[in-house]
Amino acid sequence: MSERIYDHPVLGALKENEYVTFSFNDEEYKGLKDESLAAALLANGIRTLRHHEETGRPRGVYCNIGHCFECRVKVNGKSGVRACLTPLKEGMVVESGGKLPTPVRDWRAENE
Amino acid sequence: MNDVIIIGAGPAGLSAAITCAKNGLSSLVIDEYLKPGGRLLGQLYEEPSGFWWNGIKESESLYQEAIELDVQIQLNTSVHNIEKENNYWIIYTETGIIYSEQLLLATGAAESPIPVPGWTLPGVMSVGAAQVMTNVHRIKPGERGVIIGVNVLSAAIAMELQLAGVKVASLTLPKMNKVTQDAAQPGEVLDSLLHVSHMAPSKVIRFGSKLMNNDVMKKIGVSFYPKQGFKMWDIPIQLRKAVIEICGEEAVTGVKIATISANGEVVKGSEEHIDCDFICIAGGLYPLTELAAVAGCPFYLVEELGGYVPLHNEQMETPIENLYVAGNITGIEGAKVAIKQGVIAGLTISGNAGVSGLTQEIRRAIKLTEQTRDNAYIQFHPDVKKGRKAIQEKWKDCMSTAP
Repeated sequence: MSERIYDHPVLGALKENEYVTFSFNDEEYKGLKDESLAAALLANGIRTLRHHEETGRPRGVYCNIGHCFECRVKVNGKSGVRACLTPLKEGMVVESGGKLPTPVRDWRAENE
Repeated sequence: MNDVIIIGAGPAGLSAAITCAKNGLSSLVIDEYLKPGGRLLGQLYEEPSGFWWNGIKESESLYQEAIELDVQIQLNTSVHNIEKENNYWIIYTETGIIYSEQLLLATGAAESPIPVPGWTLPGVMSVGAAQVMTNVHRIKPGERGVIIGVNVLSAAIAMELQLAGVKVASLTLPKMNKVTQDAAQPGEVLDSLLHVSHMAPSKVIRFGSKLMNNDVMKKIGVSFYPKQGFKMWDIPIQLRKAVIEICGEEAVTGVKIATISANGEVVKGSEEHIDCDFICIAGGLYPLTELAAVAGCPFYLVEELGGYVPLHNEQMETPIENLYVAGNITGIEGAKVAIKQGVIAGLTISGNAGVSGLTQEIRRAIKLTEQTRDNAYIQFHPDVKKGRKAIQEKWKDCMSTAP
């Protein structure tokens, strides 16, 4: 689906070729060193980067330049990191966020 | 302490840094992105002369020139606040606090979203996001996409996607609602498209642009507009259809599209489905001005410049002493204009830092910026010159009433 563009009619051949290994939700993947994490994930066919904290609906990259904060992931234990602004490094441990508990709302939905 | 800090390593910020460095100032450029060049990076189009404007090459040459002049460039650094104390600026970044006497904001622009039902699904992205994925990261945003929002930017990016081997199934309108308004009106969109008609090899558009120079003819044009649309660079452009829903559970699987009347109303029963694996939303650009706001700069709403812009003069000064603006933060225009505005800002900053004899050069730089604007290949707003004039008038008003 979202393969890498190795040859481009105007931009020419892709120059970077140093691949590194990283993990996303415990699965191992490969990407180009220093490309954005968002790009590396998309190149591996991963579109869903987190789930909305309240609704649990899937979210992915929206603006790709740091403004929308839709692509927040946990990187090496640090949460709230924007995947689109993060250069990919060897051994990076990336985790997606999930739905947060909403006990009051859930209780109301069941009891009111 | 730096003589000047420049926030934004795009065309305006880099050219300002180069100009400051040439005049002997020490400058530091900071940017939250991982590469220098800003949104210039993604740009790729063929000029009438046959020359390919390649944003990556242009960014690289600006960056090299800056580095050779000892400009410091710090990437991957977000700025979250700025303050002024005594006579210097305090800039709060992700990696620490930095100081400078003069501050230039070259923060560029961001894209307005169009809230179509389903737009939060993975696979839906801004049209600029698709451009960055394709041209900068060299990864296809998907196999086959639909672009919602027909404007100068989306038309240009549709062509870039096509160039990279990504199929664009349709360029179409969003369904009319309170937010989309003009962007959902076939007449308004056709009007704005006339300004990119010179880019179109399509006979319909070129013929259309001559035909539709008056309002009556334009209405006829929209009413008789072919329901199936026409093709520009082999991409179907459908002004009489609108996306009413983006479909999918876990990711985008397609769109629901319907025929709309000449004034944007959905024709009942006309819905059909288009399969695709990604969607681009093109709501247009607005100046990214938050940092000017926290610095206390006054703002004016100038539609022709893309929204609220910080008050500034032709020399790129704001009413706040030692605060300057350049590039798309001052109004939505192309990279070439931003580069020229950066030069003006750099000269003004150098002059205010004590470099003498720059008056003539500043005047020349202002003239050059105007010429660049007049010759712009893509104009984001047809009345940008009117907008520029409006902000200058505001400046005059403001300065004449200042105590």
